[in-house]
Amino acid sequence: MKRLVGLAALSAALMCGTAQAQQITVKIGVMSDMSSLYADIAGPGSTAAAKLAIADFTKANPNVKVDLLSADHQNKADVGSSVVNQWFDVEKVDLVIDVPNSGIALAVSEIARAKNKAFIVSGAAASDLTGPKCNANTVHWTYDTWMLANGTGKALVKTGGDSWFFLTADYAFGHALERDTGAAVEANGGKVLNKVRHPLNTNDFSSFLLQAQASKAKIIGLANAGGDTINSIKQGAEFGIIRGGQKFAGLLVFASDVNALGLNTAQGLTLTESWYWDLNDNNRAWTKRWQAERAAAGKFPTMVQAGVYAGVTHYLKAVVSLKSAADGKAVIAEMKKMPTDDPLFGKGTVRADGRKVHDAYLFEVKKPAESKYPGDFYHLRATIPAAEAFRALKDGNCPLAGS
Amino acid sequence: MVDITRPTHTKTSRSEAIAFVLMVGFFMVAPAFIYPVFLMKMLCFALFACAFNLLIGYVGLLSFGHALYFGWASYLTAHSAKVWGFPPELAILTGAATAALFGLVAGSLAIRRQGIYFAMITLALAQMMFFFALQAKFTGGEDGIQAVPRGWLFGFINLQDQTNMYITVLVIFLAGFLLIYRIINSPFGEVLKAIRENEARAISLGYKTERYKLVAFVLSATLAGVAGGTKAIVLQIASLTDVNWPMSGEVVLMALVGGLGTVFGPVVGAFVIIAMQNYLAQVGTWVTVIQGVVFVICVLLFRRGIVGELANLLRIKL
Repeated sequence: MKRLVGLAALSAALMCGTAQAQQITVKIGVMSDMSSLYADIAGPGSTAAAKLAIADFTKANPNVKVDLLSADHQNKADVGSSVVNQWFDVEKVDLVIDVPNSGIALAVSEIARAKNKAFIVSGAAASDLTGPKCNANTVHWTYDTWMLANGTGKALVKTGGDSWFFLTADYAFGHALERDTGAAVEANGGKVLNKVRHPLNTNDFSSFLLQAQASKAKIIGLANAGGDTINSIKQGAEFGIIRGGQKFAGLLVFASDVNALGLNTAQGLTLTESWYWDLNDNNRAWTKRWQAERAAAGKFPTMVQAGVYAGVTHYLKAVVSLKSAADGKAVIAEMKKMPTDDPLFGKGTVRADGRKVHDAYLFEVKKPAESKYPGDFYHLRATIPAAEAFRALKDGNCPLAGS
Repeated sequence: MVDITRPTHTKTSRSEAIAFVLMVGFFMVAPAFIYPVFLMKMLCFALFACAFNLLIGYVGLLSFGHALYFGWASYLTAHSAKVWGFPPELAILTGAATAALFGLVAGSLAIRRQGIYFAMITLALAQMMFFFALQAKFTGGEDGIQAVPRGWLFGFINLQDQTNMYITVLVIFLAGFLLIYRIINSPFGEVLKAIRENEARAISLGYKTERYKLVAFVLSATLAGVAGGTKAIVLQIASLTDVNWPMSGEVVLMALVGGLGTVFGPVVGAFVIIAMQNYLAQVGTWVTVIQGVVFVICVLLFRRGIVGELANLLRIKL
């Protein structure tokens, strides 16, 4: 009995101790492309989103102190990898977030595993991050190639776009997008009429676009990315593809790309995203704050940047629940255990393989006449429920998904 | 420039010896105050730049495709270490052998032409192999190869240990550096310099210049391969960045900023460029702008490169 009382007293004392010394410090690093092709999709906008998340969270939890770092990986895998190594070893960073560019994200994921830190992917697309190359230190938040391919393929067929022609960038990423989208189209009763492969970074799409036009397919699927997508849409507008009744389906297009292209060029383009700034009041209010933080009234946040906000928020919740950020694997496990709830993505979960699941949306870019205010980009065409939006846990070949 | 009728290493080699001791001393103590992974990466690029400088600085051949040897060596090293389970020393040798082979093929095609045509042929061949790397299965396309094991050097030195890894990289770098120094100060190196100064005259003296140029090309490619392979082991990744043309451009810049045709120039150049990439990365959106400004300043104020200007100022050879 005496011992029990002693123990109780001791633990009470310890609890008081922890209650007083509850100050938790966390260090977060935003690793992104600050100056090149992904700078508008993620980049400084991601840093701004992380700042907002930290400000909101520390206001509600004053005992948490968060330091924020950011770096530009310049799309060089070795720069990304050595900076992240340095962050983990020297700066004692606990969480790295964002990392557009799949090659670098896969490298960072591996470093986070080796050093037992936490990594949340928002900017990179590779579904391998929660597939064969998944690990217990990584969460993939916003989107992935499977979601884009499947969402666009399936939802378009269901809304009548049942014949497809693919314009594919001739490398592994393009092939994968084409394969996954084609499979989704055919599984839902659509038909892939033909496809054409173009070399990476092409400037002249005319012959490919003429083939696409001649195919009479209802949908021209753009299984390419970045400059290639922009060029094919621009040149497609010159060829009058949209006016001819065909539609472009962008498989990797973001709100910032639509903003850069202008509605006149991008009108009629169909795409899948998991977040849109004008979808509800919460998003609109957040967008105002983001624009103020970013000091850029004409820019609109992308889903990647929203994902950074939501990811940081959920991570900090998990850290507070564990009272420590030291063990990366434990924090990630806690993130998987706790249901997610944030103003931007609503309620959701993080699966065993690290995949965050939430609804996805099929959008169509408005005609210039239909757009009422700056940033009024999209018509919502379909909502893909969370359960269908992402690749099923068992199909990913992720070792963590077993059992 | 260099008077080829007189042996060049008399009293001048003393300044080089002092600089060498200073350099080794610096790299011995540097890990105490500079992050070792950054230093290792820098050493790999320094070796790469030295290998490149062997060609441009001493034979006068501007290769614009050195990423081919650097990048493909890093792929083969990464693949052989990860998939075939090679120990690190064999993996790096595999990478170097690949680079030597590519160097032999590309070199024997390219040295038939001079000047801009030479540069364009090397660039074209490098881009060809870049697209092959983009498509090939084993390179992982734009994802690259991750999680390359560092493994055990000679079966008993654990390279997971940062200090062991650092010493290994330093030894590889110094060996490569001394080899290049030996090459440029050998009778063979004198012939290379003669070709650089006046190829027609070297031919008239009876030298088969094409053969000399090819050997120099293969040596340069092989050493670039050693650098690429070592980098793959250090950073545990091999990616498209290493084979793409900006990498070929970067190594030109390293040699230019440091000083073409100086022994230590490329090391300093690599240090400056890699430090900028690494430390400016955290400044925000200004990396590329700052890099540009630094290059403009270098071109305007240090025509001979940092080390070249320094040597000129002190009237010594470096």
